[in-house]
Amino acid sequence: MTDPLRTEAVLTDQALIAATEGGLPLSPTPYADIAARLGVSEAAVTDRLRAMLADGRIRRIGAVPNHYRLGYTANGMTVWDVADDRVMELGAAVGQLPFVSHCYLRPRVPGLWSYTLFAMVHGRSRTETDAHAATIRALLGDALRGGEILYSTRVLKKTGIRTAGRQPVKETS
Amino acid sequence: MTGLPHGHDPRDYDDIDRAIINGLLDGFPLSPRPYAEAAAALGLDEATLLARLKSLLDHGVLTRFGPLYRPESIGGLAILAALSVPEERFDDVTATVNAYPEVAHNYQREHRWNMWFVVATSTPERAWAVLAEIEAATGLTVVALPKEHEFFLDLRLTA
Repeated sequence: MTDPLRTEAVLTDQALIAATEGGLPLSPTPYADIAARLGVSEAAVTDRLRAMLADGRIRRIGAVPNHYRLGYTANGMTVWDVADDRVMELGAAVGQLPFVSHCYLRPRVPGLWSYTLFAMVHGRSRTETDAHAATIRALLGDALRGGEILYSTRVLKKTGIRTAGRQPVKETS
Repeated sequence: MTGLPHGHDPRDYDDIDRAIINGLLDGFPLSPRPYAEAAAALGLDEATLLARLKSLLDHGVLTRFGPLYRPESIGGLAILAALSVPEERFDDVTATVNAYPEVAHNYQREHRWNMWFVVATSTPERAWAVLAEIEAATGLTVVALPKEHEFFLDLRLTA
């Protein structure tokens, strides 16, 4: 029985994320379908997605390719020891390079690890990936004190990040 | 796909698929008929685009189609960690590390620090506890490298 005065359910971010993190429905009206499942209006769904895009919680909406399947098989984690007073500025520049997927600042661990700037680089061959690393090296210029490429040789586990009660989130690299 | 990465097989996708992948990396419309709108921009019809996307997903060329959330926004914390594992212990240590459901992925890399894994949990306390347990169970030093800043995080490789 439908109560005509029934108020619309509250759309929580958590519910919307859970309903969409595995992908949008492949139906002509994906947002209306999600809305129906959550008991809210289609506008509530699209407005919330638009807001999360605007504040950066959603990076983008679209195709998430498996980069190995696109032929990008030479995947190197490049790590760089960059002068602390330059790393924010230079990290932002490295992150803009088209062949860099992930770019992070990480801590040094005294005696064990000295590289702070991490940039995942993808190429169709090691020659191509090495050339990308050379581009980064040149960009870092005189702020650079050292760097290396760590090529992956084996995927030991890849289940994606899981949060309670949700489907696995597949990573793109 | 799991296991070893494999190379590009040109039979996996054709020029239309390539145009779909490259054209829909970003900016999928937030409109009532988004597939119809996106298809029109690519010179396709809605049914063709939907069928193509289904096939690309079924064949693993796309891992998903939809919003790409930042991990923090789905309530989690992920810590990158490394181990320097002696060759003869590599398989045993792999089993120990991978046994934790909190370990989301784990890669062997060519380096003295030859095992790199990500511990993803809903609370920081649990993430650090897992790393301490791995250290105790393996007797190896874990280098934990939580991110301090994210400069950019996206993948816009073209097909």
